[in-house]
Amino acid sequence: MTTLSTPARAVTERYEMVVGLEVHVQLRTRTKAFCCCDTAFGAPPNTNTCPICLALPGTLPLLNAEAVRLAVRAALALGCTVHETSIFARKNYFYPDLPKGYQISQYDRPLATGGRIAIGKNADGTPITIGITRLHMEEDAGKSIHDRYGGATAIDLNRAGVPLIEIVSEPDMRSAREAVAYLKVLKQILEYIDVSDVNMEEGSLRVDANISARLRGETRLGTKTEVKNMNSFSGVERALEAEFVRQCTLLERGEKIHQQTMLWDGARGEVRPARSKEESHDYRYFPEPDLPPLRLDRAWIEQIRAELPELPQARQARFAESYALPAGDIEVLTANAKLADYFESVARQHGDAKSAANWVMGEVLAALNATGQSVEHFAVRPADLAKLLDLVRDGVVSHSAAKQIFAHMAETGDPPQQIAEREGLIQVRDADELARWVDEVLAENPTEAARFKNGEKKLLGVLVGLVMKKSKGRADPRRVNQLLSERGG
Amino acid sequence: MTTTTSAAEAVAASLRRMDEVKAGADGLNCILWSDREHALAEARAIDESRAQGPLAGVPFVAKDNIATLHLPTTCGSRILEGYVSPYQATVIRRLREAGAVLVAKTNCDEFAMGSSNEHSAYGPVRNPICPTRVPGGSSGGSAAAVAAGIVRIALGSETGGSVRQPAAFCGVVGVKPTYGRVSRYGLVAFASSLDQVGVFGATVDDAALAMEVIAGRDPLDSTSADVPVPRYRAAADRPLEGLVIGRPKEYFPPSLDPRIAALCDRALDALRAQGATVRDVSLPHTDLAIPVYYIVAPAEASSNLARFDGVRYGLRVTGDGLRGMYEATRSRGFGPEVTRRILLGTYVLSAGYYDAYYKKAQEVRTLIAQDFRTVFGNGVHALFTPTTPTPAFEFGAKADPYEMYLNDIFTATANLAGVPGISVPVGRVDGLPIGGQILAGHFEEMTMFQIAYALERALGAEAHR
Repeated sequence: MTTLSTPARAVTERYEMVVGLEVHVQLRTRTKAFCCCDTAFGAPPNTNTCPICLALPGTLPLLNAEAVRLAVRAALALGCTVHETSIFARKNYFYPDLPKGYQISQYDRPLATGGRIAIGKNADGTPITIGITRLHMEEDAGKSIHDRYGGATAIDLNRAGVPLIEIVSEPDMRSAREAVAYLKVLKQILEYIDVSDVNMEEGSLRVDANISARLRGETRLGTKTEVKNMNSFSGVERALEAEFVRQCTLLERGEKIHQQTMLWDGARGEVRPARSKEESHDYRYFPEPDLPPLRLDRAWIEQIRAELPELPQARQARFAESYALPAGDIEVLTANAKLADYFESVARQHGDAKSAANWVMGEVLAALNATGQSVEHFAVRPADLAKLLDLVRDGVVSHSAAKQIFAHMAETGDPPQQIAEREGLIQVRDADELARWVDEVLAENPTEAARFKNGEKKLLGVLVGLVMKKSKGRADPRRVNQLLSERGG
Repeated sequence: MTTTTSAAEAVAASLRRMDEVKAGADGLNCILWSDREHALAEARAIDESRAQGPLAGVPFVAKDNIATLHLPTTCGSRILEGYVSPYQATVIRRLREAGAVLVAKTNCDEFAMGSSNEHSAYGPVRNPICPTRVPGGSSGGSAAAVAAGIVRIALGSETGGSVRQPAAFCGVVGVKPTYGRVSRYGLVAFASSLDQVGVFGATVDDAALAMEVIAGRDPLDSTSADVPVPRYRAAADRPLEGLVIGRPKEYFPPSLDPRIAALCDRALDALRAQGATVRDVSLPHTDLAIPVYYIVAPAEASSNLARFDGVRYGLRVTGDGLRGMYEATRSRGFGPEVTRRILLGTYVLSAGYYDAYYKKAQEVRTLIAQDFRTVFGNGVHALFTPTTPTPAFEFGAKADPYEMYLNDIFTATANLAGVPGISVPVGRVDGLPIGGQILAGHFEEMTMFQIAYALERALGAEAHR
């Protein structure tokens, strides 16, 4: 979070920030919203195009049923009411990356309205919830590339027609931090239900903010501005803080806020007004005559609801109840559905949830972070990790040996037992062999041996370490401890 | 239609006829683009493959706002000069799959906006019956091509009478199907909620045959209806006993040219003689059709024509920056009538005006549709009216746009209500063809054709005298 300079903090102190967010999310469909072109990100420019998404004369849109399914799934996961009838509308404006000269969207009859999500708790323990005004379907525009060819703008229409949902929140957020918390929960939910890549860097999740300031205690809303061009969560937080300071400063001076669009400049850390061309269109919305009203069967909507996976908050509650894990562990383990699935699979097969949690949060996440892999492609499958934990619990391998075995598993994907045997990491519990190692260590270190036998108990640890070293980690440290203690007299 | 000649002979005859009647810019100006060698090669291929399609070897022409491979698709506009579509319209594909051979693209009012064909960037079409007069519009080139004997089947498009009116002016048969009966995929959009591909025929049978081929659900057009397509030609033999034909008084106003009223009443007598019952009916909201049409159609057009922006295809005129390029391209590319309608449409959709104009017009539109439902729900099977209030007029006679718009007064209702209509020649006034219009309920083309066949049979040569 940006630290405000002292004067700025003084200015903002008397005011309250009011924020509502408009979030655009690309749906993860194979093909575009209104044609059969591929939606893959990163293809060579204008290769994922056809007469329909190029808006050649005479072409007509064809609604992608999968896009509707994913949009309904998202709407239900956000607690919205999905309407049996919604209507596509044309949003008219001229721009070179908008091939038809209008965007097919939804206007006065959106797909869904009236949702709500919890984003955390107030100091008194009451939940902070944010209302979702509406969720509607629309299509993405192409991309204008202004800086690659001197004096010319290049247009890439690969993205034109990719299905989007726009999620509009109520002005329920009271700080930049709450706005980011909302975005994180939203992103997590959308990840859980597998409808989008929700990747801000690749543009599959984009955020615009409506922000206003009012004196604390005031109930009426102040004049808002719209802040655009924020391309990371931290950008959202910094942009909102900057705009809030700007608005408070103006209000403090007795000036008025102009309803306008502000652009966030992340490099300079400031917001500036968009040129007038970039704002306030009259979009001349009217119902899209090329598409009949979208009619959804109530039973079908209920079926999509029934197919929803367990959502993050439900899962967190269940983890607390079933596994008795600390809140911090739960937050890490439920960050995304795949990791939570992985943990649950290990915990179920191994039996000791806390030990499973420690390994997943420790070794597994470290290995994933080091290689940038995703958990579903990780070489160590949950069943093998559970077996490894079984070996530790049963004393077959030591904890330190287990870490070595895990490293081999991550590289080869081989089962733990096989690696332990191959690498000679099975703990030696044979009394004669252990006794031989102990005696050798005592013989090789006569000074320490004498002091130990004379009652210097603190040398026990040193000697156990030496035995472990001699055994190349294979000795069972508990037994070594026991043997040394016997000889210590 | 049965063809005893080969496809190559039929196509060659059609091409010869184009020369005889001077179909190009130096004469009737009904043909914009044709490629003789390509058409002949396609005909020879059909002969060689011994294709058995219902239209095997039949030459046809298509209005220039229907996407075709190989030949340009310019919509009669400078903004699409030289544009060749990389895909073909569903109606073109269906006709070609049935064995028909596209011999030319026909002139039309720019983007189908007009009732006289005087608004083509490529010059007006002359009426083959009287070359000092207009052929009607906007599908004037297709109507003229059939009237001049170049083809027996031509494709046109309707938004507010653009097939039936020129059919009436040129003395041929013109069909506007039910909205959703024929795919719009590949028809360059003017007003999407009104547009429908229509057909011209030298006879009712030609038109019925073409309709059988092009009608039916198309997965590429979400507004096309999944309703079975009957064999329209089976309507030829059906007697009219039991049919009730309504004569709506709003279509026979006192101001109507009495000679046109008389020809229509002669036609109604002929239908009565064949067993039909004629009943006086009323469609009280008829006079609202033109004002409603000239709000809804321009509104949709202003959006549909936004894609002609100089960015991806067609004309581009450079100007000062992006906005300058848009302005220069669209000012240079669109003619005055298209510009007028884009401005009108942009205005009626603007914030603050939407409710007063577009929304209100859509509400009134439902009243017009309700008129038809009421009449057809009360035992009336079809309506009979004059197609136009006047015969073909002289070039430049309708300089006032509003007077021009009034020429669509009897036809625009069917587009607003979505019902099918056909114009059939019923005689002549001062040597100029007059059309009678038969309107039926949604997807009741069979009834419409049944009456059209009977009328054509009953009038015989009188229809063209």
